[in-house]
Amino acid sequence: MSLGSVPLKYRIDIDRDQCMRCMRCVENCSYGVFRNEEGKLILNSRKCTACHRCISMCPRDAISLKERPVDYRSHSLWTGEAREDIINQSRTGKILLAGMGNAKEYPVIFDRLVLDACQVTNPSIDPLREPMELRTHIGKKPPRLEFKKNEDGDVDLITELAPNLELETPIMIGHMSYGAISLNAQRSIAKAVSKVGTFMGTGEGGLHESIYPYQDNMIVQVASGRFGVDINYLDRGAAIEIKIGQGAKPGIGGHLPGEKVCSDVSCTRMIPLGSDAISPAPHHDIYSIEDLAQLVRGLKEATQWKKPVFVKVAAVHNVAAIAAGIARSSADAVVIDGFRGGTGAAPKVFRDNVGIPIEAAIASVDRKLNEQGIRNEISIIASGGIRNSADIAKSIALGADAVYIGTAALIAMGCRVCGSCYRGLCPWGIATQREDLVKRLDIDSGSRQVANLIHAWTYELSELMGAAGINSIESLRGNRERLRGYMLDEGSLDVLQIKPIGA
Amino acid sequence: MVLDEKVVIDARGIHYTPLNELIRQAVEDGATEIVLKNVLGQRFIADALKADVCIEIYGVPGGDLGMFMSGPVCIVHGNCEHAPGNTMDDGKIIIHGSTGDAAAHSMRGGKIFVRDYIGYRGGIHMKEYDQKKPILVIGKSAHSFLGEYMAGGLIILLGIDQKGPYFERGIGSGIHGGRIVIRGTVDDRYLGVGARKMELNENMLCEIHSLVKEFCNYFNIDDKPLMDNDYTVIGPSSSRPFAGKYTWE
Repeated sequence: MSLGSVPLKYRIDIDRDQCMRCMRCVENCSYGVFRNEEGKLILNSRKCTACHRCISMCPRDAISLKERPVDYRSHSLWTGEAREDIINQSRTGKILLAGMGNAKEYPVIFDRLVLDACQVTNPSIDPLREPMELRTHIGKKPPRLEFKKNEDGDVDLITELAPNLELETPIMIGHMSYGAISLNAQRSIAKAVSKVGTFMGTGEGGLHESIYPYQDNMIVQVASGRFGVDINYLDRGAAIEIKIGQGAKPGIGGHLPGEKVCSDVSCTRMIPLGSDAISPAPHHDIYSIEDLAQLVRGLKEATQWKKPVFVKVAAVHNVAAIAAGIARSSADAVVIDGFRGGTGAAPKVFRDNVGIPIEAAIASVDRKLNEQGIRNEISIIASGGIRNSADIAKSIALGADAVYIGTAALIAMGCRVCGSCYRGLCPWGIATQREDLVKRLDIDSGSRQVANLIHAWTYELSELMGAAGINSIESLRGNRERLRGYMLDEGSLDVLQIKPIGA
Repeated sequence: MVLDEKVVIDARGIHYTPLNELIRQAVEDGATEIVLKNVLGQRFIADALKADVCIEIYGVPGGDLGMFMSGPVCIVHGNCEHAPGNTMDDGKIIIHGSTGDAAAHSMRGGKIFVRDYIGYRGGIHMKEYDQKKPILVIGKSAHSFLGEYMAGGLIILLGIDQKGPYFERGIGSGIHGGRIVIRGTVDDRYLGVGARKMELNENMLCEIHSLVKEFCNYFNIDDKPLMDNDYTVIGPSSSRPFAGKYTWE
């Protein structure tokens, strides 16, 4: 029997009195919602993804959008989404694919953490007048320093220091590959990070020539598909990141669909045109923590121990023990990607159900490394669902050295989190390789907006620190005393190692 | 700069980092031939080395020999640990013996010749692009999952001195590019998911014969018995193995 059609996800309405039939919506919608039939605007709401491109481009605010305009019989368990997923899968027999991060309504721990401020007994600091140190160094710190007096009576440092990345702000942009996002998007981000004095990741997509001018601000990624990886690539990056896992889909690999492998993507990744780019789930030279150490050292050896090597893992149940293994592998930083981390495409069942929140992962990794006396061996970079400067301050207070942002940077370039990245039709020119769409993203304004966002959050961070009487990011790091948990259960408070409000 | 210089390095008791520094220094000084003696388990030999140099290795090199290497020729007089030619870019590795698992892992260019056996997952995720086509030739046999996830390149398994046809499981499991050529017949049940047998055409046979000649030349083996068309070609059933796996949300 036919299953029939499911109700509309979104309904687009036009206020015909307001509409001046400029047809900008027709030009802008890459999903085909609008069409111009002899001067008459015809709509097909079924094609809408709520990307808001038409709404943002309409000069008369004549377009409105309503989510789920058709009610189902209400039921708290059998939601419309649950029913529609079943209908979809009974029709196709396939794995559900979804874009962006975890969309399930789990409680957000960040929103149950509150920060501290000074009152009376210790003075707060005005960041406008006083120096605030937000400069962050990512990499190994020596357990002790040794000095020697030289002939001039001065002291020389004799401890050999490991290479570190120096960031002007503890905010970096995470790995989004060329292929997953457009070249204009990557160039916008690259320009922004080099201006701000921070770093971004290449993702597993190689390094396009037009990014070379920004290579000193690039962290090149080596993932299980080894796409685009050769010595030229490794030499160009400021640091190298081994990607083991991703918060949006822990435990599985990645597939860049052949449709997205255009000629430019194909040559940057060094794979044939139109073939699927398949990153297997594991690295096939890593089946143990010892093997991981071997790849870390292989990469260090390749770059003559001059570059920091990071290891990125998804936040999973035993992330703390894994991080402790990574800290002993010669790696310089561990990147933990929480279960809210974004993605171009992930099986929905993974995106919404596998992994743990970044807040708990940071705290348990920091605690484990401290307990084992190896916290100095490795920096912690947190990512996955960081939405504002407060999330960053809380991440650092829980033990992170710096954060990666991803979705936030895309929003700064126009993304409205419609979650249809895997369609390759992003009307904002971000998650697409279609030339006419890519052109819509202007690199100058894109980079300015991303830089603005990092600036704004850095300002806010310094204000938050000043209010707490802290003048250096180092003093905020792992400073759980400045956090309190609001409506968190005892078990979570224990994992986070924080007290409840009022205590 | 001195040209055509032969440099001998005694690797006894030297850790891989200083050993590679000695190799790089020798290359910088103009060496065209480097002899490494008493090699015993040092990993990453010639890692990311970009040079026109021949390295003769006596002893047993550790894992990841020639990783990211671009250009040199490494001749191993003995066996080799796992993953020689890992993500290798260009050059040659000639092994007068056997090697461990994941030989030629993610290799993207150059050639590897192994006289005897390789371990599991040989040639895993080898890939080709444009002019770059990695080649792995194995003299005797290989364990299971030969050419797993293969995305490009060519693997040739000659089965020298083997009794009966090749019988290891999972050949080309997940293959989506490239070819695996096995001497003799291969029973269908040994093919991995996504792999299928293909026709042996004239061009392919030409390429095989030329590589067999090269192989036999290195190891002083008579090529005549191998110059026929008794080869099974295995390739991907699709370059898009995951295309039909998903449905949109």
